[in-house]
Amino acid sequence: MATFTESVGKSTLKHLDYVGGLSIQLWATIRSLGTSLPFTGNRYRWKAAIGQMFQIGVEAIPMVGLMAVCSGFILAMQGGYELRRVGAMQYVIDLVAIGFTRELGPLLTAIAVSGRSGSAFSAEIGTMMVTEEVDALRVMAFEPVEFVLAPKLLAALIVVPCLGILCNVCGIFAGGIFMFFSTHLSLGIYVHGVMTSIHLRDVISGVIKSVAFAIIIVMVGCLEGFRVRGGPEAVGRSATAGVVNSTFLVIVADAVFTAIFYFTGGH
Amino acid sequence: MAIISVRDLVVEFDGRRVLDGLNLEIEPGETMVLLGGSGTGKSTLLRQIIGLERPKSGSVSVKGVDIARCSPAELKQIRLSMGVAFQDGALFNSLTVKENVALALREHTALSPSIIELVVWMNLAVVGLADFENLLPQELSGGMKKRAAVARALALDPEILVFDEPSAGLDPIVAAELDELILLLKQAFQMTVIVVTHELPSAFRIADRIAMLYKGSFLAVGTKEEIKASQNPHIRQFLDRVPDKTASERAAEKYFEKYVQSQAPSPRQRKWWERAEAGFEKYVQSQEVKR
Repeated sequence: MATFTESVGKSTLKHLDYVGGLSIQLWATIRSLGTSLPFTGNRYRWKAAIGQMFQIGVEAIPMVGLMAVCSGFILAMQGGYELRRVGAMQYVIDLVAIGFTRELGPLLTAIAVSGRSGSAFSAEIGTMMVTEEVDALRVMAFEPVEFVLAPKLLAALIVVPCLGILCNVCGIFAGGIFMFFSTHLSLGIYVHGVMTSIHLRDVISGVIKSVAFAIIIVMVGCLEGFRVRGGPEAVGRSATAGVVNSTFLVIVADAVFTAIFYFTGGH
Repeated sequence: MAIISVRDLVVEFDGRRVLDGLNLEIEPGETMVLLGGSGTGKSTLLRQIIGLERPKSGSVSVKGVDIARCSPAELKQIRLSMGVAFQDGALFNSLTVKENVALALREHTALSPSIIELVVWMNLAVVGLADFENLLPQELSGGMKKRAAVARALALDPEILVFDEPSAGLDPIVAAELDELILLLKQAFQMTVIVVTHELPSAFRIADRIAMLYKGSFLAVGTKEEIKASQNPHIRQFLDRVPDKTASERAAEKYFEKYVQSQAPSPRQRKWWERAEAGFEKYVQSQEVKR
């Protein structure tokens, strides 16, 4: 019995430690985020942030776009399969439009970014820990959080919502293609249907989710990197943990946000 | 007045005491070598001196400021007056050699780019890497990496220069070159130099004073002559390169006996065992004769 209680307590403490580490790191990053801003901040951090924007965002465009198109087809086909039987094919438009703006756009983007960049953050910072580069930064009077983390967070905060919007557009476009070939609905009418079914609120809730996911991916990826102790093997493990934990937390956060929007929504 | 003073420094990792009440004064302009075997705590002491870790108790003061308890601004000032060359260089892998050296200058000084270019070139020339400024760290050899790290440590013209294992993993010629470089730097720039090493020839070549660490405390702190003349058994063991008795014959013998007992041998095997046992006894006797 004692060992059971002990192990529960131990794992509780471990998770609290993790969440605490995330919060402290997030607070430190937000405080030093100003140094990465253009004009007012340090121009080298802004340059680094632009580099990160390319890596996190621009290079992910083909992948996110293709994922969104495929998911758009899947959603439209699965929806159409059921809705056709009740003769309500026009609801596929609403399904795809609302499904993507509120949910699938931010989520797919977050999963793609977490897989591409979350692991890269962990591996990069983990390697810096192993090769003493982080120590070198500190003895050269640089703050690792300001030097490494702040540009990444700024870049992700800007780029991930943009990718989310791109994902929405691609997904909804795929839905339109499906409707065109299955019911010969013209694209013009499709776009009109989409416009009437989406409210500004849907788009904003999607963007808020994207911002939250961006923070989670950057924070988890970097925390896993900073926790690397030992050798190359630990770097590999941290890269895995970076992806797994950030994807997991993204989905948990998605559930929480969706619940909040559901219960506060006045539909 | 001492430029660095370590007082009653105690460091523990998970309840295991790594440094046990160290006291050390380092005078301005001297070269202090922290000498000791692996696992004696010399790297831990170094990390304390450069302010990367906090002690459990005691203090490290650099230029009169306690670096574990001062304000961030004071710590930054101290760090700007300190150059550290890490064991494997710790160069930033995404930057070229030139950018590595220029980084601190670019961000911590208001010098114009052309002046920075000049200072970087001079520092690289001092360590003999002026022709390699546009290479990336992974394109350099081990010795070049260490020299590039020295150039980076020199960038802000520090008062204190710290070397972590400068000659570890280098061939004797390159290691000797690095020793000469340290001596040259000290002569040219009047810096206080702290070197952590376990290489005896290097230590005796560059040191003014040597602090000998053993199991988390100092066996002796003194000039190289004093250390060379010391009669402390641990120092003698280190200087005369006598191995520790980790593998004793007695333990081997016991293991062998246990093994023999655990295997109830067949008559045919017994013959073999007896031969083996006789051979082992002969070996033990020969070892005793040697002693």
